Amino acid sequence: MKVGILVFPGTWSHQDFAHVFQDVLGLSWGYVWHKGTSLAGYDALILPGGFAHGDYLRVGAIARFSPIMEAVVRFARDGGPVLGSCNGFQILCEAGLLPGALLRNRSLQYRCQWVHVRTEHCDTPFTRTARPGQVLKIPISHGDGRYYAPPEILARLRSNGQVVFRYCTPAGAAADEANPNGSLEHIAGVCSEGRNVVGLMPHPERASEPLLGSEDGRVLLEAIRGGALQPR
Amino acid sequence: MLEAEIHVTLKKSVLDPQGETVRSALQSLGFQGVEDCRIGKFMVVRLSGADPTQARAQVEEMCRKLLANPVIEEYVFQIREVGG
Repeated sequence: MKVGILVFPGTWSHQDFAHVFQDVLGLSWGYVWHKGTSLAGYDALILPGGFAHGDYLRVGAIARFSPIMEAVVRFARDGGPVLGSCNGFQILCEAGLLPGALLRNRSLQYRCQWVHVRTEHCDTPFTRTARPGQVLKIPISHGDGRYYAPPEILARLRSNGQVVFRYCTPAGAAADEANPNGSLEHIAGVCSEGRNVVGLMPHPERASEPLLGSEDGRVLLEAIRGGALQPR
Repeated sequence: MLEAEIHVTLKKSVLDPQGETVRSALQSLGFQGVEDCRIGKFMVVRLSGADPTQARAQVEEMCRKLLANPVIEEYVFQIREVGG
């Protein structure tokens, strides 16, 4: 089991992911530079947070045309597990691997704070070891995290069970006061129709050790050991 | 030489908190009758070709592929001749 951590110019969370895989979970990992074209040897992929290509034009808009993204699309279409956090989530939406888009926070402010998210579905490669409804305390750090999808797509996400995380109170109630960015229906994370691609705005890698104030993010990263949902 | 002027704006159905903030600032400055304000992007792209029909098709494709995100944005553009 080897995890590929994608690095674009402007990515900033790759070292935090590498630290968790290396020192906390004991999983093998490798960086994949955005100019690469092959993902041979990797069993799961991480698109970390940051400001890939400066987030010029729109968040994730330029990154989605990086050479490596063709291989990422193939990897995802073949059922390989792909996790995008923060900027990684934005890139996956721009690439069309996840539905919807992330817009400027409703408050117009950058938000760097702890949030709680409720695990809505456990049948993805990253939530398979979570309990249904489990509340996770994980930080966010973003200016563009307001999830939007047109009404017909939102309806499809609900009926397919593709909303994986919702912002909630510590007790697990999805509510306006727990929603840090104005996301529609308090959506913090979604998955693809095939369920193998997951994106969320919070940073699980920043909440994987007691020293950091929460270990809840580990739930997602530990689940990677299980590999793909179906044998590839 | 041709120049394309491209406007990209959020779809009407998408909340624009920046525009809303500017609208309320205009109101508090005393401007009467400001119903709505939307903020978007303005881009100028210079093209070496001379055929406006070809340029139109090219800019259309640029907008669809990169300059606008169809999930949240719409675009309009016009093409005009400019001196080299």
